[in-house]
Amino acid sequence: MEVSMTVNGRAVSADVEPRTLLVHFLRENLRLTGTHVGCETGYCGACTVHVDGKAVKSCTMLAVQAEGADVKTIESLASNGNLHPVQEGFWERHGLQCGFCTPGMIMASVALLDENNNPSEDEIRHGIEGNLCRCTGYHNIVRAVEYAGAKMRGEEPPPPDWEGGE
Amino acid sequence: MHFHHPTTLADATQAVAEGATPLAGGTDLMVEVNFRHRRPEHVVGLRKVEELGAWEGNRIGAGVTWRRLEHGGPQALAEAARTVGSPQIRNAGTIGGNVVTASPAGDGLPFLVAVDAKVEVMSAEGGRLVPWDVFFVGVKKTTLAADELVTAIHLPESLPERQAFGKVGVRSAMVIATVGCVVTRTDDGKTTVGLGSVGPTPLRASRAEEMISSVTRPTESDLAEFQKMVSDEARPITDHRSTEEYRRHAVGVLARRLLERCLR
Ligand SMILES: Cc1cc2nc3c(=O)[nH]c(=O)nc-3n(C[C@H](O)[C@H](O)[C@H](O)COP(=O)(O)OP(=O)(O)OC[C@H]3O[C@@H](n4cnc5c(N)ncnc54)[C@H](O)[C@@H]3O)c2cc1C
Ligand code: FES
Ligand code: FES
Repeated sequence: MEVSMTVNGRAVSADVEPRTLLVHFLRENLRLTGTHVGCETGYCGACTVHVDGKAVKSCTMLAVQAEGADVKTIESLASNGNLHPVQEGFWERHGLQCGFCTPGMIMASVALLDENNNPSEDEIRHGIEGNLCRCTGYHNIVRAVEYAGAKMRGEEPPPPDWEGGE
Repeated sequence: MHFHHPTTLADATQAVAEGATPLAGGTDLMVEVNFRHRRPEHVVGLRKVEELGAWEGNRIGAGVTWRRLEHGGPQALAEAARTVGSPQIRNAGTIGGNVVTASPAGDGLPFLVAVDAKVEVMSAEGGRLVPWDVFFVGVKKTTLAADELVTAIHLPESLPERQAFGKVGVRSAMVIATVGCVVTRTDDGKTTVGLGSVGPTPLRASRAEEMISSVTRPTESDLAEFQKMVSDEARPITDHRSTEEYRRHAVGVLARRLLERCLR
């Protein structure tokens, strides 16, 4: 079945089996392997991408359902070698260890900050509740999102915990 | 698999008449497909059917997402919506999908039963309005026919002034309810109680409702009596999520707390 959509600003079309999941379409047809697959049950969030500006789990969506949609993956964030503020936050505040959850975690965080660039710690935790991380314990992820929020507001990010933060 | 992506309700009902499985947000169905518990041969995607996303006053289209309900729904339904899955699930999952899945733990259901909602269904032949207690008949069982779509949920013209939703689960985020409850109360005291996860279908605690509705200013002992009556009316079972005893206890405590919230 023929499917066309915009992925990271580029028009793509392909002939796919209707049962193809969006995440497999992105990874295998388009070779955009930044989006990970952890569970295929909608729980872990590793496959989070944006479809028409909203964060969704691409393992519970068929590629053909995204016909005509505007899809953004982790690969869309950095431009000309400059990291997106959320990517920078994860880097600066050690928001990752093994990195498996990171692309999904970042896409969920970007969606959160696009809506509210000054979230409370509670709002951040609520905003990433659909993303599981087995390494970090979430603490540094929350700090990374706070860092990114500050950057996006044009403010100085709070100092890292290890330099006398709380 | 054959996939069909209609833009009109007429085409969508035609597709289900021909045996297609409806796919809305996919947050229930695709999990089953990925696990190979279901292998639909013919799927009809509903996302592009605009009529299903329509929401006017007390008629909420089946395709309305939790995300939209979270922001604009009646109080207790909005509270329930905020607890469904995670932002990604709420962006995709719909009230129609929740109702058709008819899981006893569906977070939308306690509200719908507490306000006596009706389910609007339609086939190529025509439509009907089904009261909730006729629609839900068992665990994941409804009276929806194979050639019918749920098109909307109808809430009553006027909703109770006070409403509260609560759920108990093993963690505070992205959790399927161990017990769920909605309590509503009008300014003149009429109280309803919708229960989830404590029976094969969502339930009403009618005896507890009747008792507490007749009391204008419930005392401590009325509240204790109410709690006990709700527990008695629940019909929980023991399964992988919890035990019968715990659920029976928890649902009474939860209903009482929600009633207290309504009385404040
Ligand atoms: C990670 C995760 C967390 C979840 N957490 C919760 C939770 O906290 N609370 C909760 O209640 N649920 C939860 N769910 C379940 C699910 O998200 C909800 O039940 C959701 O409302 C389903 O809606 P959907 O649009 O995605 O349905 P779909 O998966 O598209 O469809 C579900 C079923 O309904 C049928 N269907 C859909 N629309 C129609 C229609 N208009 N007419 C006829 N049939 C139709 C489909 O054929 C299918 O059988 C969770 C799921 C996941 C994956
Ligand atoms: S791979 Fe999609 S949620 Fe885990
Ligand atoms: S960094 Fe390893 S799972 Fe999150």
